[in-house]
Amino acid sequence: MPEPDINHTGDPVDAPVPAAAAGTALLDPGEETAAKPRVSRRTQLLVGAPMLVGGLALAGFAATTALLITLAKVLLLVVGLLVAMNGLGRIAEAVRGKSVDIVFVLGMTWLTVLIGLAVLAPLLPLGNHNDATQGLYAPIFAEPELGSEYPLGTNNYGLDMLARAIYGARTSLVVSLFAILIGTTVGGLIGMVAGFLRGATDRVVGILANALLAVPPLVLLIALGTVLSPNLRNLSIALSLLTIPSMVRVARANTITFAQREFVLAAQAIGATRMRLLRKELLPNVVLPVASMGVVMVSMLIVAEASLSYLGLGIRAPEPTWGNMIAEGEGGVMEAHPFIVIVPGLCLFLTVFSFNLLGEKVQKRWDPRSAKL
Amino acid sequence: MLRQFVLRVLELLAVLLLVSFGVFALLSLVPGDPAVAVLGEGREPSEYAALRDEMGLNDPFFTRYFDWFGGVLHGDLGSSLIPPVVPVWDRLVAAMPVSLELAGLGLLIALVVSVPLAMWSAYNEGGRIDRAIGAFTFGLLSLPSFLVGLVLIAVLVNSMGWFPRTGWVRITDDFGGNLSHVFLPALTIALMEMAMFTRILRNDLVTTLNEDFILAARAKGMPPLRIMVSDALRPSSFSLVTILGLSIGRLVGSTVIVEYLFSLPGMGRLVIEAASTGNYPMVQGAVLLIAVVYVLSSALIDLSYGYLDPRTRRARA
Amino acid sequence: MAGSGIAHLRADEKRALTVENLVVEFPVTGGVVHAVSDLSIDVLPGETLGILGESGCGKSSAGRALMQLPAPTSGRVLLGDAELTALKKNDMRRARAKMQMIMQDPVSALNPRRKVKDLVAEGLEVWGFEGKDRAKFVDDLLSSVGLDPAVVRDRRPHELSGGQCQRVCIARSLALDPDVLICDEPVSSLDVSVQAQVLNLLEETRERYDLSMIFIAHDVAVVKNISDRVMVMYLGKTCEVIPSDDMQNKALHPYTRLLLASVPSAADAQARAAGEATAEAPVKDVELPSPLNPPSGCRFRTRCPLATEQCAAEEPVLREMRPGQFVACHNVSA
Repeated sequence: MPEPDINHTGDPVDAPVPAAAAGTALLDPGEETAAKPRVSRRTQLLVGAPMLVGGLALAGFAATTALLITLAKVLLLVVGLLVAMNGLGRIAEAVRGKSVDIVFVLGMTWLTVLIGLAVLAPLLPLGNHNDATQGLYAPIFAEPELGSEYPLGTNNYGLDMLARAIYGARTSLVVSLFAILIGTTVGGLIGMVAGFLRGATDRVVGILANALLAVPPLVLLIALGTVLSPNLRNLSIALSLLTIPSMVRVARANTITFAQREFVLAAQAIGATRMRLLRKELLPNVVLPVASMGVVMVSMLIVAEASLSYLGLGIRAPEPTWGNMIAEGEGGVMEAHPFIVIVPGLCLFLTVFSFNLLGEKVQKRWDPRSAKL
Repeated sequence: MLRQFVLRVLELLAVLLLVSFGVFALLSLVPGDPAVAVLGEGREPSEYAALRDEMGLNDPFFTRYFDWFGGVLHGDLGSSLIPPVVPVWDRLVAAMPVSLELAGLGLLIALVVSVPLAMWSAYNEGGRIDRAIGAFTFGLLSLPSFLVGLVLIAVLVNSMGWFPRTGWVRITDDFGGNLSHVFLPALTIALMEMAMFTRILRNDLVTTLNEDFILAARAKGMPPLRIMVSDALRPSSFSLVTILGLSIGRLVGSTVIVEYLFSLPGMGRLVIEAASTGNYPMVQGAVLLIAVVYVLSSALIDLSYGYLDPRTRRARA
Repeated sequence: MAGSGIAHLRADEKRALTVENLVVEFPVTGGVVHAVSDLSIDVLPGETLGILGESGCGKSSAGRALMQLPAPTSGRVLLGDAELTALKKNDMRRARAKMQMIMQDPVSALNPRRKVKDLVAEGLEVWGFEGKDRAKFVDDLLSSVGLDPAVVRDRRPHELSGGQCQRVCIARSLALDPDVLICDEPVSSLDVSVQAQVLNLLEETRERYDLSMIFIAHDVAVVKNISDRVMVMYLGKTCEVIPSDDMQNKALHPYTRLLLASVPSAADAQARAAGEATAEAPVKDVELPSPLNPPSGCRFRTRCPLATEQCAAEEPVLREMRPGQFVACHNVSA
């Protein structure tokens, strides 16, 4: 079945999609095989396996050694991981018989695992994530040790870092996804109506959206944080305000484009009412670009939520979020116990990275016109 | 053209008016009693009532808004609720240069790094260099600025000891000292902007490089670097201005975070402190000032399109 | 010509569609586009009227104004006895459904997100099924336009070819059992090999459903073949109304003759190869004047080989030259 092509013909807004955005192709060995003579599957396996093992070993060494200065450790760790990933890509290619976007696969695996853990968190046999009184009986700043009772260590209240990271994911995901849901619905509808009616409505909506855009996102959040008590509901609403202007813009622009297409004229000729035009002709076409914008914005919201709680204006400790967990590293704690920052920091980075990968893919597929990054 | 311009200015004014109204309305919802915040707990109820009256808190909402807005037009944003009780305006004026210097330097570093990087990347389109730069910038985009800052601190401050961890020296007092304090925060800001700039500019250059006039220049035997600089970069400077416009919002955000992270006395730390202590006149003033600066610079960038791109100039005429 | 007049209207007969003094103007920055100026048309039941003209002459604007999409600036449109231009919005919506439109780009004319069966049933969804079996109704319509219902029913437009899309558009129009079908360049975006098939289908459909048709196109041969009468338009005005059988040999208006001469024929090619001059009067080959600021008097005079001072001062009116043939020109006679 051919790709659904929503910008099928004669659409002057169609910009040429930039050739092969150099996304994550570095780590994708398949890209190269197109140019070079194809390497045999056996060779791929033979090259890939040692790369994977060697890379992991290098990364492990870098993470645990006490011999090197931090800068060298970090560099070694990154190099080790890249080599390991390239090796894994080769193995996957050898097994599947075709090139595999291993970074994307790993990213989606991470998201799946994370979402699964976050959903199931209350049912899992996790340690203590927020009860500081109970924490009195646990060791504080226990170093991470995979086999132990505290696989990722404990913080200065003796709370379990693994449990906190998972509950932090829960907060992060719930807040951002709810915000996106509100933002796409409200912003999408407003944008569609503005783009359909044009005229005065359009101007008023435009000014309101610009007013919302006139305050930079983080500053708007801080201002809202002054007033609203930080709980999941308020945070979702505050974050959704950040997405609404973009949603309005995307929905409006797409509505205007589609409203000029002849099928809308045809529906009018048949006698469709304006309500029906909006609902049956425009909505199904506008929904995809708006939804893809939603996916793209998830990572930005996760960062915004983390920033806010890092600044102490989001969900308050001891309830864990990645942002306030990272903030626990202040005042010399990070220097003495790096894992306090590394655990939530890594979670945050991997999640944002994976959502960025997903966003890029989704936008290329659903809204090629605005996939410029 | 003139009509367009007037409409644009009117819209700008409407936006600013709405923002001022929104900021005021939002922060008048602030929980808790400002009179208690000023006097502290445990006074006579009549004292609180008298102060509330004096602060005009018993007036109708719109009266209070117009009083406040009238003050704003005269540069009077009220006084800080929390000691030291100084006019908000004075604090803002003291903090603004710090933020502007940070953001400006961050932007400068980002541009200086990203333009050659994007050219290098675009020149090797599809090659190893291009993909490495692509992957690196993609990864950077997924790092929130406070994480970037923490990594830089861990490596460059704690491990190498190259820069001071916190503090600020005014540029008028000691230029070198100022630079050593401002560089690392500015670098933190720059990294993320740089990643964004590089990616957009690279894609733009790739598109330009595939156009006929570039092929013609190549066919004539012009050296590649000269083509890149004189033929390809110039059309792309237009989109550089566009990204500049788009990046300001993020730039303000990372400046706020970086000021907090490095304890720099700028607008960002001011607004965070005020927000966490419920010092709402300070938040009002700071948010309003940030919004005004932000809106005006966006408008300026908008305006500069007309001069940079002959197409829009003609279209508007 | 580029003239006006209503001499060609047949007031004594029962007409499917009557258009009197249609004017369409669009405000744009820097003026007003005079897309259609004082156009009058009538179509008898079962008749096909061809509207011929270059692109930009206002023929598409005229077609859309008939549909009231958007409504014309002034003038009357009567569909049967219902005066569309005088009806209230909701009544007009209902009355208008008896007139349907086939558009130039069939792919753009079909909502990419809907399946063929839903597209075809759209008319019924809007106006009610009245006891019809939806699935059977859709299948019958698809068969009648030469599509296999089992194959296309569940497809979306992008899975069909241009010709198939145009057939779906025709089926969709027929769902409302219209009296008048307005075809706006219905084949010009199709491959030549498909054009003939779609034209034949339109012809058959017109006979089977007893439709009146307005066929708008720029292609002389296509219009001549499918129409009973042809109206030639230039810059929003009418030049000539002529029975299509007479067109090749009896056309009088210099613009009509220009159009006919511009169709390359085997004889012309031979003549040119032999170095002979063609019989036609030389035509001043200038740009089409701007519809923002059309020439005074006869709008064709800037390109007309017969233009005189009278043409600039006085707008010609349609006059009957032969039975059924009306020409708006000061300088020709039968």
